[in-house]
Amino acid sequence: MFVFVAAEEPNPLLPPVSEIILGAVVFLILVWLVKKYVVPNFEKAFAERTAAIEGGMAEAEAAQAEAKEALETYTAQLAAARHEAARIREDAREQGAAIVAEMREQAQVEAGRITTTARAQIEADRQQAVQQLRAEVGTLATTLAGRIVGESLEDEARQRRTVERFIAEIESQDDGAPVRGAR
Amino acid sequence: MSIVGIAGIGLATSTPQAASGGEGFTPPGPSTFEYPAIAAGVTKPMVLIVLAAVLAFAALYATARKAAVVPGKLQYAGEQGYTFVRNGIARDIIGQHDFMKFVPYLVALFFFLLINNVFGLVPLIQFPSFSRAGFAYGLAALTWILYNGVGIYRHGVVGYLKNQSVPAGVTGPILVLIIPLEFVSNIVVRPVTLALRLFANMFAGHLLLILFTIGGEYLVFESGNLAYAPVGVLAWLMATAVSFLELLVQFLQAYVFTLLTAMYISGALSEEH
Repeated sequence: MFVFVAAEEPNPLLPPVSEIILGAVVFLILVWLVKKYVVPNFEKAFAERTAAIEGGMAEAEAAQAEAKEALETYTAQLAAARHEAARIREDAREQGAAIVAEMREQAQVEAGRITTTARAQIEADRQQAVQQLRAEVGTLATTLAGRIVGESLEDEARQRRTVERFIAEIESQDDGAPVRGAR
Repeated sequence: MSIVGIAGIGLATSTPQAASGGEGFTPPGPSTFEYPAIAAGVTKPMVLIVLAAVLAFAALYATARKAAVVPGKLQYAGEQGYTFVRNGIARDIIGQHDFMKFVPYLVALFFFLLINNVFGLVPLIQFPSFSRAGFAYGLAALTWILYNGVGIYRHGVVGYLKNQSVPAGVTGPILVLIIPLEFVSNIVVRPVTLALRLFANMFAGHLLLILFTIGGEYLVFESGNLAYAPVGVLAWLMATAVSFLELLVQFLQAYVFTLLTAMYISGALSEEH
C-alpha cells in the first residue's frame, strides 16, 4: 500500500539534517549530564556501601577476636581460681588435722595433769587420814584398856559385851579403828 | 494471517469509496510521520527528543541525588536501572578493566532510547521519536565515532584497521577476500544497520498501531456499512495486542542498540578479535 502512494510521500530514510544534528547534540548533552551528576553519585553510593560492608566485616572480626581473647582470659582465670581453691582446701585440711592433733595433745596433757593432781590429792588425804588415825588409835587403845581394866573382873559376859559395844562405837566413828581395837 | 486480512479489508473499502468520491480511508504512510512546525521550524518529534533527554536526566538524577549507603525506594529503583546497564551491559561485554569509562555513554544511551521509544505508547504523546530516521542516524553516528575513536586511540590507525579487518588466524590468499569484507562489515555497515534497525522497528510499529486504530475507527464509524463494524472492533483488539508487542519491541530495541554499542567498543578495544 506504500507503493500505491509512494510518489506523493516523503522518503522517511532522508530526514532533514537538522534532526540528525539535534538528536546528536541533545544526546551528547545528556551524556555529559549523566557523566557529571548521575554516575559519580551512584558510584559513590556503591563504593560507600562496599566500604561499609567491608568495615562491618572487619569490625565483626575484631569483635570475635576480642571475645576469643576474653574467653581465654576467663578460662585461665577460672583454672587459676580452681587451683587456688584446691590449694586452700588442702591447706585447710592440713590445718584442721594439725589443730585436731594439737587439741588432742593438749587434752592428753590436761588429762594427765588432772590425773596427777587427783592422785597427789588422794595420797595427801590418805596420809592425813593415816596420821589422824595413828593419833586416835593410841587414845582409843588407852581408853579401851582403861574400860577393860575397870570392869574386867565382873564377868566374862560383861567383858564380852563391853568389847562389842566398843567396837560398834568405833565402827560408827571410823573405819580404821575397829581393826586395831579388835586386836 | 489476520493482519493481512484486516489490512486487505481496509484497502478494499478505501479504494471503491475513494473512487466514488467520498472521504475514503487513507492508510497511514510516511507522511504520517511528517509533523508541521509548531513554531520556528520546531516539530513535535524535536520537542519529544528534548523532552526525553530531560526526563531521562531528571529520573536518573532524582534517584542518584542522595547517594545513600542504605537506599530508599526511589534510589533503589534507580540503582536497579543503572546497574542493569552498568553491570549487565557495560561490564559484562567491555570487561572489568575498561568498562567504567563507557558507563555514562551507555547509561545515557539506554535510558534516552527507552524513554523515546516508550513515547510511542504514552497517551497524548504517542510518537516514538526514533521513527524519525534522523535521530537514529545521529545516535548511530555518535556510536560509530566512539568505537572507532576508542579503537584508534588504543591501537593507532593502522593497528586498529588491521584489528578490525584481519581476523585472527586467517592467512594466505583468502585475505584478499576477507579484508574488504571485514572492513565493510565492521566499519561501514555497522552504523547503517544500527540506525536502520532502530528506525525501522519504531517506524513499522507505529505504522501498525495507527493502521489498526484508524482502520478500526473507519470501519466502525465511517464506512457506513454495519457489517464492517465487528471487523473494526477486531482491529481495535489487534491494536491492543500490538501495543503490548510494541512495549516489548521498544524495550528490546533500546537494549539491543546499547548492547551492540558496547560490543563494538569491546571489539575495538580487544587485542585480537
